[in-house]
Amino acid sequence: MRRNDWKKLFVAAIVSLSMVFAMSGTGLAEETIKMGVAGAHSGDLASYGISGLRGVELAVKVINAKGGVLGKQIEIVAEDDVCKPEVATNTATKLASQKVPVVVGHICSGATKAALGIYKDAGIIAMSPSATNPGLTQSGDYPNFYRTIASDDAQARLEVDFALNVLKFKKIAVLHDKGDYGKGLAEFAKKFLEESGKAEVVLYEGVTPGAVDYSAVVQKIRRSKAEAVIFGGYHPEASKIVMAMRKKKMKTILISDDGVKDDTFIKVAGKYAEGVYATGPRDTSEDPMTIAANKAHKDTYKSDPGAFFLNAYAATLALANAIEKAGSTDYDALTKALKTEYVETPLGKISFDERGDAIGVGFSVYQVQNGVYVEMK
Amino acid sequence: MEYFLEIFLGGLTRGSIYALIALGYTMVYGIIELINFAHGEIYMIGAFTGLIIASILTLVGLHPVAVLALASLAAVIYAAAYGFTIEKVAYKPLRHAQRLSPLISAIGMSIFLQNYVLLAQTSDFLPFPNLIPEFEFMDPYAHIIGSAEIVIILTTAVVMVLLTILIKFTKIGKAMRATAQDRNMAMLVGVNVNQVISVTFIIGSATAAIGGVLIASHVGMINFYIGFIAGIKAFTAAVLGGIGSIPGAVLGSFVLGWTESFATGYVSSDYEDVFAFALLVLILIFRPEGILGRSTAQKV
Repeated sequence: MRRNDWKKLFVAAIVSLSMVFAMSGTGLAEETIKMGVAGAHSGDLASYGISGLRGVELAVKVINAKGGVLGKQIEIVAEDDVCKPEVATNTATKLASQKVPVVVGHICSGATKAALGIYKDAGIIAMSPSATNPGLTQSGDYPNFYRTIASDDAQARLEVDFALNVLKFKKIAVLHDKGDYGKGLAEFAKKFLEESGKAEVVLYEGVTPGAVDYSAVVQKIRRSKAEAVIFGGYHPEASKIVMAMRKKKMKTILISDDGVKDDTFIKVAGKYAEGVYATGPRDTSEDPMTIAANKAHKDTYKSDPGAFFLNAYAATLALANAIEKAGSTDYDALTKALKTEYVETPLGKISFDERGDAIGVGFSVYQVQNGVYVEMK
Repeated sequence: MEYFLEIFLGGLTRGSIYALIALGYTMVYGIIELINFAHGEIYMIGAFTGLIIASILTLVGLHPVAVLALASLAAVIYAAAYGFTIEKVAYKPLRHAQRLSPLISAIGMSIFLQNYVLLAQTSDFLPFPNLIPEFEFMDPYAHIIGSAEIVIILTTAVVMVLLTILIKFTKIGKAMRATAQDRNMAMLVGVNVNQVISVTFIIGSATAAIGGVLIASHVGMINFYIGFIAGIKAFTAAVLGGIGSIPGAVLGSFVLGWTESFATGYVSSDYEDVFAFALLVLILIFRPEGILGRSTAQKV
C-alpha cells in the first residue's frame, strides 16, 4: 500500500503547514487592537450601516497612520446584522468570540438592544453612532453602552418645540411605524405635546411597514384636520405617507426624525419631499476636523458621506482615545476613561455622562429645500 | 358620508391589487394544488421590469400613457417568462413527489428571487415614476379618488372579465377546467396537461405583473421586498375567497381590502392586520372552504 502512505504523508504535510499558518495568524493578531463594527451592511437600511462603517474605516486609517493606539495598529472586524434583532444576537456572539474589546455599533435601536446583553456578559464596550432609543441608556440595564448621538426624547422634544413655537401649530397628528425606534419617539412626542397644553394630538396611530399603500390612514389624517404630522420611523414609510398626502392635495406638513433625514428619502419622494422637516445631528460642517473627514470620504469613496458617518467617526476616535488614556483594553479602565476624558471629534469636544449619553452632541431641525436638507437656524 | 366613500374606494383599490395577485395563486392551486409562494416575487419582478422600461422610454420622451402601456406590456412578457421558467425548473420535476416537496421548492424559489433582485439591482428603495397622469378637472375630487386609483380598479375589472371569458368559453379554458377536475383523466382524454399548466403559470404571472406596475406607479416606490407582504396578503385573500375559485379570489381580495381600509379608517391602523386576520379565522371556522370555495370529495 505504498500509494496510501504517500497520501497520508501528503495530508500530514498539509495539516502541519496549515497549523504553521494558523499560529502565525494568531501571532500577528496579538499585535493589533481589534475593533468590532456591527450594523446593517446589507438589507433595506444598509445605507445607514455602510456610512457608519466608512466612518470607522476612515477614522481608523487616520489613527493608524499616526502610529495607532498604545503602539498597536487598530484592526476592524466588521459584522452585518441587517438591522434585525434576531440577527444581531448572532453578530454579537461572533464578535465576542473574536475577543474584540470594543464595538462601534449597532445601527438600529432594536438590534442594539438585542446585542447589548451579550456584550455585557463578555465585558465588551459598545458605542453606537445611531441607536437613539432612550431606554438603552436610561434604563441602567446596559452599563457597557455608550452613544455619540442624542437620544430620541431629545429629538422628540426638538420636534415638538419646533412645531409649537416656530410653526405655531394647534392640531398635530402623531404617527409611527410600530418599531422600537419610531414608536418610542412618537410616544415621547405625544407626551410632550400633551404636557405643553398648546396643541391637541388629533390622531395617534401606528402604520404597518411595507403595507401596499397608506391611503386609509392618510384619509384619516385629512379628516382629523391636522396641520402637521409628526412621524416616528424610517424613510420608506415617511415617503409613502408624504406622497399619498400630496397626491390627495393635502398641504399637511410632515415633521420627522433622523430616520428620515437621509438622502434616499429625497431621492425616492422627489418633488413631494419639498418642505418636509426632519431632525438630525447638528451640522458641524464648518469644523476643520469635519471638513477633513468629509474630504477623506469624498476622496476614498467618490461620494458624499451618508447619515451617521460623523457619529461613527467620532465614536471611533472616542474609543481609541479611551484605550490610549486607560493604557489597556481593560473594561473598568476603559469605562473610567470614557466618562472622564474629553476628546476632539468632528461632532465637537465630547465626553460621556454616567448613563453613557454623549455630552456635547445635539440635534437640529432640517428642511428639504430644492432637493437638499437645509439646517433651520 | 364623503369619508365613508373615501375609505370605501381606498379599500377597493387595495382589494383590486390583491385580486390581481390572488388570481395567480388561486389558478395554480386549482390546477396542480400547489401554493406557489414565489408568486409575490413575480409581482415584484413585474414592477422592476416596469421601472426599467419606463425609465428608458421616459428618457426617449414618449407620452406617459404610451410609456405605461409599453412598460406594462414588457412587465407582463418578462414576468410571464419567469412564471413559465419557475414552473419548469422548480415544480415540474417534483410533480409526482410528496406534496410537501414542491411547497418547499416554492419557498426556496421565493427566497432565491428576492435575493437575486437584491444583488442584481439594489437594496435601496427606488423611485417609480408616476405614469398615470392626474387631470386638472379632477383636482376637486382628488382626495376622494385619483386617476391612478380609477385605472387600477378598471384594469382589475377588465382582467377579471377577460379571464372569465377565457376559462368559460375557449378551448384552453375547457382544458384548464378538465385538468383542475382530474389531471389523470384529462390526460387520458387527450388534454395536453403540461401545456395547460404552463399556460396557467403564464396567465397568473401576467396579471401579477400588471398589478406590480400599477401599484408601483400609484405609491411611487419599489424595492426587492415588496412582493413578500403583498404576496402574503393576496394569498390570504385567495384562501378567504376559497382557494381554487377565481370569483372567490376576487371577492376575497375585495373583502380583505375593505376590512383593512375600514379597520384603519374607523378604528385604528394599529389593528389593520388584526382585523384582517380575525376575519379570515372567522370565515374559515364557519366555511372552511372559503366564501365561494366548493368542498370537493377527496380523490382517491
